[in-house]
Amino acid sequence: MGKHLIEPKDLSNDEVIELINIGNSIYANPADYSHVCNGKILASLFFEPSTRTKFSFDTAMIRLGGHIIGFADADTSSAKKGESLADTIRVMNFYSDIIVMRHPKEGAPKLASEYSDIPIINAGDGGHNHPTQTLTDLFTISRYKKTLNNHTIAFVGDLKYGRTVHSLIKTLAGFNSKKFILVSPLELSLPQFLIDYLKLNYPHIEIQIARYLEDVIHEADIIYMTRIQKERFFNEEDYLKLKNSFLLDKEKMKKAKNDAIVMHPLPRVNEISYEIDDDPRSVYFEQSKLGVYIRMALITKMLEVGDYAIS
Amino acid sequence: MRLVNGIEKGIVIDHISSGKGMVVYNKLNLSQIANTTVLLMNIPSKHLGRKDIIKIEGDFDLNTALLGLIDTNIKVNIIENNEVIMKKFVEVPNQVSDIIKCSNPRCISHIDDYAKPVFTLMKQNGELEYQCNYCDELTKIKFK
Repeated sequence: MGKHLIEPKDLSNDEVIELINIGNSIYANPADYSHVCNGKILASLFFEPSTRTKFSFDTAMIRLGGHIIGFADADTSSAKKGESLADTIRVMNFYSDIIVMRHPKEGAPKLASEYSDIPIINAGDGGHNHPTQTLTDLFTISRYKKTLNNHTIAFVGDLKYGRTVHSLIKTLAGFNSKKFILVSPLELSLPQFLIDYLKLNYPHIEIQIARYLEDVIHEADIIYMTRIQKERFFNEEDYLKLKNSFLLDKEKMKKAKNDAIVMHPLPRVNEISYEIDDDPRSVYFEQSKLGVYIRMALITKMLEVGDYAIS
Repeated sequence: MRLVNGIEKGIVIDHISSGKGMVVYNKLNLSQIANTTVLLMNIPSKHLGRKDIIKIEGDFDLNTALLGLIDTNIKVNIIENNEVIMKKFVEVPNQVSDIIKCSNPRCISHIDDYAKPVFTLMKQNGELEYQCNYCDELTKIKFK
């Protein structure tokens, strides 16, 4: 990869595997990594609010022995005074060693990277890219299913607008997935251009489109749930009618494989019933936890410290 | 009957599909320049049946990429000393910048002057579609 991580495809498959290996190593021996970022400063620039991603990065850097500066929303930055992103980034280059940024405008991290000599990690730009969510998902799959290859994965919910799902689908395709089952209301189907892309580039992957999760849940090794947002529907009636079809509850989980896992990038609203939180197959909270370790691995890679130190 | 003289030095934008002459005229902002310009419309043409022509006298920095987006029938003649010294054919550009704006309202290019998007041609059959290098969204080109 280059200096920055702007989109998932900035990382090769080999680099993803290497990050997963180092994430596992950090998970097993956190004390070995607790000082590798001593004296390093991470600028955490969140131009829009975030809970998990921001704190996940903050925790990752602190656990590596580094420090955090930054802001949690644009109201407390110079952006409110009209400062351009490029100027903010130029100045933060003097104050920090690495920048993590979230921005509501799509393409903002790419613009920032054009004005930065220090590494930039995209922590989400609108509905565009969110590469560390993809890494978190891959790390979770790798830990629970031992490999990234040869799985049947059911993607459930909003497959049209959720571009983090698009990134995950494309990345997993590159790891020789067996089958993708796409479960969504017609209005929120995976865009045709993406289905065409998969068929053209990965003809061996079976693609099944389903309207009801209960019809296909028994086949899935991984059930990847996403949030269906009310505002995506033209009227309340359609939303109310459909939302229960995509609710994962105890009844549906009875049909799932014993060794299946249920993932969700969180926050969930009402697509996963609280009653399955205790099901050992529900790993969405662990997924958030694992996000810290893979981000720790990523920070060490981008700062060239720890296992990535250049001797 | 046409009462338009040839030009000693300048540019003739020829073989514009009939009806698109005004689009070219407006997009090149020819009403704002000091050069003498002539727009001829619905001229009989062997190849096109009817065509439009624009003549611009004197020096003019012509954006051929823009012409490629409007009409690939266009041929440009460069005139010096009353003679055509160069003929240029326009084609659909693989990359463009400055000419079009990203159609995605959430794109950073709409709020930050530093963001100068570069668009790459993704689809050429029927409508032209260009992908923004910042947000990856496709922008359809429609000049009317």
